[in-house]
Order: sequence, then structure tokens, then C-alpha cells
Amino acid sequence: MMHMLDKLSDPELFHDPVDINGVPTGLLVDQLRDLVLLRMAEQHLAAMRKDGLIGGPVHLGVGQEAIAVGVSKWLRNSDRVFGTHRSHSHLLALGSSLHGLFAEVLGKETGHSRGMGGSMHLYDRSNGFYGAVPIVAGTVSLAVGAAMAARLQATDDIAVAYFGDGACEEGIVHESLNLSKITKAPILFVVENNLFASHMHVTQRQPSDSMVRFAHANGISSAVVDGNDVVAVQNSARKLIQEARDGKGPGYLEAVTYRWYGHVDWRDDIDVGVKRSMDDVQKWRARDPIKRLKHALINEGCWDELRHDELCVKLKNEIDHAWERAMSDSYPDESKLLDYVYASLGDD
Amino acid sequence: MSTLKEFSYGTAILSAFEYLLDHYPEVFVIGQGLWSPWYVGNSMTDLDKKYGIERIIDTPVSEAACTGAAVGASLAGMKPIVVHPRMDFMLYAMDAIVNQAAKWSHMVGGQAHPGLTIRAIINRGGEQGAQHSQALHSWFAHIPGLRVVMPATVADARDLLIASVLSPDPVIYIDDRWLYEQTEYLPPVKIRGLSQEGPRVIADGSDVTIVGTSYSTKLALDSKHVLAEKGISAEIVDLRVLNPFDAEIVIQSVNKTGRLFVVDGGWRNCGMAGEVIASVAENVPAERWKNTPVRITLPDAPAPTSRVLEKIYYIGVDQITATVQKAIA
Ligand SMILES: Cc1ncc(C[n+]2csc(CCOP(=O)(O)OP(=O)(O)O)c2C)c(N)n1
Ligand SMILES: [Mg+2]
Repeated sequence: MMHMLDKLSDPELFHDPVDINGVPTGLLVDQLRDLVLLRMAEQHLAAMRKDGLIGGPVHLGVGQEAIAVGVSKWLRNSDRVFGTHRSHSHLLALGSSLHGLFAEVLGKETGHSRGMGGSMHLYDRSNGFYGAVPIVAGTVSLAVGAAMAARLQATDDIAVAYFGDGACEEGIVHESLNLSKITKAPILFVVENNLFASHMHVTQRQPSDSMVRFAHANGISSAVVDGNDVVAVQNSARKLIQEARDGKGPGYLEAVTYRWYGHVDWRDDIDVGVKRSMDDVQKWRARDPIKRLKHALINEGCWDELRHDELCVKLKNEIDHAWERAMSDSYPDESKLLDYVYASLGDD
Repeated sequence: MSTLKEFSYGTAILSAFEYLLDHYPEVFVIGQGLWSPWYVGNSMTDLDKKYGIERIIDTPVSEAACTGAAVGASLAGMKPIVVHPRMDFMLYAMDAIVNQAAKWSHMVGGQAHPGLTIRAIINRGGEQGAQHSQALHSWFAHIPGLRVVMPATVADARDLLIASVLSPDPVIYIDDRWLYEQTEYLPPVKIRGLSQEGPRVIADGSDVTIVGTSYSTKLALDSKHVLAEKGISAEIVDLRVLNPFDAEIVIQSVNKTGRLFVVDGGWRNCGMAGEVIASVAENVPAERWKNTPVRITLPDAPAPTSRVLEKIYYIGVDQITATVQKAIA
């Protein structure tokens, strides 16, 4: 096994406040707010799933929020973002509404996918979110196609494909990387390497823990970052996204991170039937992307505990409000089961 | 009585694995989740501990390669069992199954046979939606060269798995998570040749024939009890083997009852229910029919997630009994 990630996958390291590296602190305060929103929204989903109010599975990305926030910062509504089974934060980081997400998770007609998709099939075209699905690697080639379309349409829009270290084991990912390079598709591949695919650690599945080697194999411009450092993520994402917009072809960002919950639902001690190392979980919790940004901002003198508490209270209100609304919304009408199968209802 | 032992559908599958791994060194198992009991209910518990991780191989997220590798291993004399914890995931492996395994024997003039078994699990419900719910048996039954097996009973869950693995042909063995809690007392294993197996009457009746497969056989059996209270005597046929398909038992039953209802957990168009009806229609004389035959299948839509839609999506006993009563009224 080659531990090519070296320090980045060592949970004992990178617990200190992030280096703000010249990013204006005002921007970072906004990002802190986004990070806390994503965190609290997913913790809310965990609690509601535990209480049985959510009927379907939820795959939570708590701990990984800095990746979506750092990437989305450089995106616009006309870009084409594709996600996975673990995409709540990919969606919310684009500015998509909390209520739309909650209603979708509850299967309500007011949800982002009109109650037809649930947590695992998210959609919000108005914010550039083209879709997320739970077939591992299922959207990676679609994202390449959306990027090819952007080129054919002579825009400088780009596509983003989020996927995991596990997805890198599907052949379609490698076909997609090659295709994107050869067609100069304007796309950013974002690999959230959280070291696990359900119950299996990357060392049980691959000869190396580094996912960037697949970019190297295809001559794709790339970067590897600490995925729990929102500054590092955004600085690397910015460069790769700009290159893609400038017609220089695909980019590939490997962000190393860890999920605080198990593979699915609210428990943190179990990954699809296998006990997790709570020791590792605790160490990774100490590499918290929120805490590290918060303390960096406090050190800069532009944030403090009081303001942080106020922020949390405010966001909790927003979350509770969106949840209550979603809870009282209606389910889709039974006719929708057949109505959405084809675009045309025979009236074309 | 002393030789009978109680099994659930899940533990019956487990005992088939144990039997095969105990008796056949060329058997190995490959697929996702094999070192975690969660994905596959209680049907593979501790196989990795008992037989070692060399023979019980949990894999990368690589359905295409794992399935293709099993085809290759079978050509080299092994008897692999590939496990796809959800049928939806094995769509990445379609080339290995349809172009390679199904055709190999024929393409090489019958000189080599990929004797692998692919265990595909139907795992649906729980608001999981379109990509985590499919029952695609009719697709595979369309392909010459694939044997397609769907156990409905605890006994078949064990014995048809053993027969599948011992078959020299590629077999798609499809089990259903909704059946795992069924229980039955079983005698010790008796080896049967898969090519000798086919549809079976599992409950006699005289007024109507209801055909099911896998979970829909259970629904048909449950319907029989309800219909009996209404004075309707239903004969239940369990298909068991969908390809190669032998309709003879169904034809005999319909010759007796004159009425045919086919319940299938797949979709209607080009599905197994239509195939059963066509095969029977070709062979039962017109004057024997008392009713036009009826398909009871899923609505023509992907599985929804929302609980209200999920409730109307899947077939239930009420739907079957109402359909039968309406047709013969
Ligand atoms: C084609 C396919 N195979 C298997 C699965 C089951 N599955 C769901 S998520 C997952 C792990 C994916 O790991 P990774 O890509 O690293 O994403 P993560 O869960 O870590 O976010 C697996 C194996 C699936 N949904 N689709
Ligand atoms: Mg992962």
C-alpha cells in the first residue's frame, strides 16, 4: 500500500486554525456562515431520521462541508453541477433553499425534485444543480457531457462532477477522465476522498490512497488539498475553474476529508454493519473545518464567540422554520406517479 | 421429524453457501459487502470468518470488473458466485453478463461454459426510489444462454442456489429482501440438476390460476386465502425458473381452471407476465378460456420515493384479490 497522501490523511495533523492566505476576512465570515448552515442542516436531518420523521436513507456529509463551500464560491447559476448520494451540501452551498431540500427529503411536492427524488435524487436547476443520484459514479460521465455542451454552446460555463474515492473504482470514471481531456471539456472533477466507501477503508480497496493519480494518468491539471481547510479548497478550485473557463480543458481537485457519521443515516459508530474506530472519528472531529476557520477569524480579530453563538441561534431558527414548513406541506398527488415519466403527456 | 431443521429464507441462503463452500473447493464468492453482514441481511453472516477472505472476497466498487473476472475464473475451472447486493448496481456489469457469459458456450461451439452464478438481490421500499428498487428479471430472461432462477420459498432459496452454482451454465439467481423473514422446516440438502427444475403448482385450486414469481408468489398465496373466503378456489403456480422457460405446468393448470392471472413485480411491457400469458395462449384452446388473461404488474413508472406514492406503487394482496373478483364477476 502506498500512502501517497502522506500527512493529509493523518488525523493527528491539521488541527490548527487555517491559514487565511490573503482571502478577505469579510468573504471568510460569509463562508463560515455557509459552513455552519450546512453542518446544522445535516445534523438536523440526522436527528429527524433518528426520530423516524424521515422515511428514507440520508447520507450525511458532516465534516466535509468545506469542499462544497470552497468550490461553489467560484460557480454561477449557469454552471452545471452534478452530485452523488451524499449531496445535501453540494446543493446548499450553491445557495439552494433549505426548505426545498427538507421538503424533498420528506417527499413533499414542494421539494426540489417535487417530492419524487428524496435525499438521494436532488435537483435545483435554478442554482446550477443538474442532479445527484445514488448509483456510484453515475453522474460523472453526464457532467462531462454537460461540459462538452458548454463548449459547443460557446459559453464559458463549466461543469462540476463531485464523486468519492469509492467511485474511482468504477471504470466509467476513467473513461470520463480520458474523454474530458481529449475533448477539452470545461469541467472540474472534485474527488472528496474521505478514505471510505461504505464499510471499507481505501487501503482495502486500492493500492494507493491517492486519487489524484488518475488525473496524472490522463494529463489533467490537478491539485490535492486538505478538504477540511476552506481556504485551501477555494484557492485551488479557483485556479482550476479559471483554467476550465479559459478553454484549457478539465481540472481535477482531490480534497482529503472524513465523514463524521457512518455511511448512511445518523449513527457515528457504525458503517453499514461494521464498527468504526471512534478513536479515528474523534481525531478527525478535531480537524473540524468550522472550528479551524472560526479560530482563524477570531485570531484576525473579526469574529468572536458571542457572534458565533448568535449565528448558530439565527441559523437554528431558519432551519426550524424551513423544517416546520416542509412538514406541513402536501405530498405529491397520486397522479404524479405516471405524469412525470415522459416529458409529453400525449398532448404534443 | 428429527432431520428437519428450521430455516428462514435468509439463513437458507446462508446454508447453501456453507454447503457449497464445504463441498466444492472451486467455489468462491465475490462482491460488495461480503465482509459486512448488513447489505445482505442474515444470508452471508460470518462466511468470511469461516472460509477466509481469500474465498469470500469483498471488493472495490467495481461491478463490471468483478463480474467479468468471475466469468473468466469460471472459464478457468472455478465456480464463482458473484453477489450484487442490489440488482440496480449490476447494470454496470451488463457486458460481462449479456455479451460474454450468455454467449460464450455458443460462440465457441459448446467447448467452454462459463459456469458462474450471479446472485442479484431485489432490495426495494423504504423510500429509496428509482435506482434502488428494480426487479429486472424479465430483461435477463430475454437472453438465450442465461438461466434465470427466482426462489419464492425457503426450500428453493437454499436448493436452487446450490443447483445454480453446480450448473455448468451462467445463472442469474435473484432473491428478494422482502422474503428473508419467511420460515420453513427443511430436510437435508438433496442435489438437483437445475435443468430439471421449472414452474410448480404450490397450491391446488379449481376456479382460477394465479402465477407468481419470488415475492409475487407469496402475494399470490396470501391472496388464495382471501379468495377462499369469497368462495373462489385459486391454484397457485410458482415460476421458479424464468429462463429457459417451460410453460407446461401453467398450461395444464389453465386447461383446468380456464382463468389466468399473472402477478409480476416487474413492469408490464415486454415483461415476464406477458410472456407467461403468450406461452399459455398459444397452447390452450380458445374454448377453454372463461376469461381473458390478466397481468398484474407494477405501474409503468420508476419507483417513487415519496411515501404516499410508494404505497400505491407496489402490488399488494388487495389489488390481486380485487382484480380476480372483478374479472370473474
Ligand atoms: C453502482 C453502485 N455500486 C454500489 C453502490 C453502493 N454504495 C453506495 S455509496 C457507496 C460507497 C461510495 O463511496 P465513495 O464514492 O467514496 O462515496 P462516499 O460514500 O464516501 O461519500 C457504495 C458502495 C451503489 N450505490 N452504486
Ligand atoms: Mg468515500
